[in-house]
Amino acid sequence: MTIAPLPIAVPLIVAAALAATDFVHRRRVTNLVAIATAATVTALCAILIFRSAAGPIVYWLGAWHPRHGVALGIALAVDPLGAAMATLAALLVTATLLYSVKYFDAVSNLFQALMLVFLAAMVGFCLTGDLFNLFVFFELMSVAAYALTAYKIEERGPLQGAINFAVSNSLGGIMALIGIALAYGRTGALNLAQIGEALAQRPPDALVAVAFALIVLGFLVKAAAFPVHFWLADAHAVAPTPVCVLFSGAMVELGVYGVARVWWSCFAAPLGGDAIALRPVFVWIGVLTALVGAVMCFRQRHLKRLLAFSTVSHVGIFLLCLGALSHIGIAALAAYVLAHGLAKGALFMCVGVLIHRFAEVDELRLRGCGRRDAGLLFVGVLFAASGIVLAGAPMIGAFLGKSLGEASVEEAGFGWTVAIFVVASGLTAGAVLRAAGSIFCGWGEDEPPGVAQPQEGDVEPETLELHDRTPATMVVPPALLTVAALLVSVAPGLEDAVQHAAAQFVQTGAYADAVLHGRNTFVALPTEGLKAADFVWGALSLLLALAVSGLALFGRGLVERVPERLRRAGESALQPLEAAQSGHPGDYVAWLTAGAGALCAVIVLALR
Amino acid sequence: MSVLPYLVAIWVLSWGVYGIVTSHNLVHLVVCLSVAQASTYILLIGVGYRSGATAPIFAEIPSSTPVVDPVVQALALTDIVVEATVSALLLAIAVQTKKRFGTVDPDELRALRG
Repeated sequence: MTIAPLPIAVPLIVAAALAATDFVHRRRVTNLVAIATAATVTALCAILIFRSAAGPIVYWLGAWHPRHGVALGIALAVDPLGAAMATLAALLVTATLLYSVKYFDAVSNLFQALMLVFLAAMVGFCLTGDLFNLFVFFELMSVAAYALTAYKIEERGPLQGAINFAVSNSLGGIMALIGIALAYGRTGALNLAQIGEALAQRPPDALVAVAFALIVLGFLVKAAAFPVHFWLADAHAVAPTPVCVLFSGAMVELGVYGVARVWWSCFAAPLGGDAIALRPVFVWIGVLTALVGAVMCFRQRHLKRLLAFSTVSHVGIFLLCLGALSHIGIAALAAYVLAHGLAKGALFMCVGVLIHRFAEVDELRLRGCGRRDAGLLFVGVLFAASGIVLAGAPMIGAFLGKSLGEASVEEAGFGWTVAIFVVASGLTAGAVLRAAGSIFCGWGEDEPPGVAQPQEGDVEPETLELHDRTPATMVVPPALLTVAALLVSVAPGLEDAVQHAAAQFVQTGAYADAVLHGRNTFVALPTEGLKAADFVWGALSLLLALAVSGLALFGRGLVERVPERLRRAGESALQPLEAAQSGHPGDYVAWLTAGAGALCAVIVLALR
Repeated sequence: MSVLPYLVAIWVLSWGVYGIVTSHNLVHLVVCLSVAQASTYILLIGVGYRSGATAPIFAEIPSSTPVVDPVVQALALTDIVVEATVSALLLAIAVQTKKRFGTVDPDELRALRG
């Protein structure tokens, strides 16, 4: 008996029980049950990582095994990378549930129930081996996320944020489903491995290309890639901060994971020969996303928006790693997502502490507030340390993922994008360090250069009143996450483990053999080590982060020496970017439609 | 196999998306989202159609009778459930929006900018 279906089934059952017993208000029991469930799921997923190290664990729901290589049933196909992604999601949910014990002033069982449904959907998305099942978990995840975004339904911001989020993502889901229907129409299969085998039997045509483009687009909406990223900042700005931890730390990354999964299990076989033509598509989406996210991130003074755009920028970096379409790129993705998820989770939790104490998320209005007491200063240290994790300084935090990512893009012939890695990680880390310096040290000034004017009041208190002290349950989870994030790059064996897992992830034929025929045909692939240049790039990122944050905090004199005309030009160049972030669901859908058309056209043309 | 269902699916999807982009009322917007999703039902059923085949219910017909693909029908049903959930949630949010903003016109919602 395998444990593969348990991490999906257990949280769903507990969530149903919690929702059904909502009339019994026993906060302590509810919290305990929810945290214990999430911790159990984390442990189960962690066990799955090790059990699947030699080859995927395949579990046929209802024992509908394939006959003669034809699969009619729905399979879970657990490989180390999927299990690791599920573990990260479950770990973040556990930390978040612990964090929210004292965060909300009034909370019913429904919050914990929704969180567990969200968890089950994320885990299911990671473990499934079936294309339609992937869509179902995608939608389940989305619906739980919409409801969590609008959790504070008495306030205005969350309503509008949830509408934008729900409309964009539902349309993304529709696009993905159209792609899935086309793929099914061509292959008559829904199992990922079987679709891959069926597609490989004849040369790809426009139908296969369009199906691939639409499925990718659906997942990219979830991943918040340019130009379908607009919903992310709106949803993050208004969702309860504990929920943002999961959105940024796990959900968005699952969009990228979905693209990688369908590519390597279904489309790499028929389209793999055209990888040279497809790489630029992903790389350019990645470059644009990384740059737009980084610039917008640095312009924000609303802390949750700042972190949201930092996530957009990192998604761009993830897409660059993915765009290399190699196992080193996938290994980079795994290591980077791990460090980013832990650090971004800790950052949001620190912002949550500030909101809890001061009912405020504006960087400038919070300036100096972090010096009140030792507890807040400790939070400040965590905040700055997580910022440094994002910079990918040598041997710290995201360094491993960043170095492997740079190696993968160089190998794929996009050596120049190393600069994008450095700029995006430097700017986003710089923005975090700037905020840390201003809030926790009181540095800087009231109207610093290069920061946008405050948004129209979307700063609404998430907690009903100001609090005098921060409960320990709100400091311990971010502290643990930060320490874990700092140690990612020096964790013994991780460098080999991610490359081993990635090697298993990318072997399309062996995956199909394991799922459909029960054979293990995986082979070892060459691994990549750290190089001297990686340390140079890592140090450059950190220097850039320190330089830009220092410039924003103390550099008014320097900035004012730049000619007025040049500064105006810079401002007006950013105008369209900020205007596009209009908060209007119709605008976002228009962007999405344009993106869908462009992506289909580009992929069809690339495959000619 | 006719191309008609595919053309109809594209037609329905286009009108749904057009409606969302130009909508001045959240309830209308949610219905347009449903219309867009309806295109996927047509597409799914169209993909599984076989001319001259009957419904895939084997209670009273010999098992050699040609039938249309039952898998896509199951998919369409699941899809409808998903769509109903999203619509219900969005309509609830629309009702709440009317209470908090006093309007359901997306153009006049001003809680988020930049």
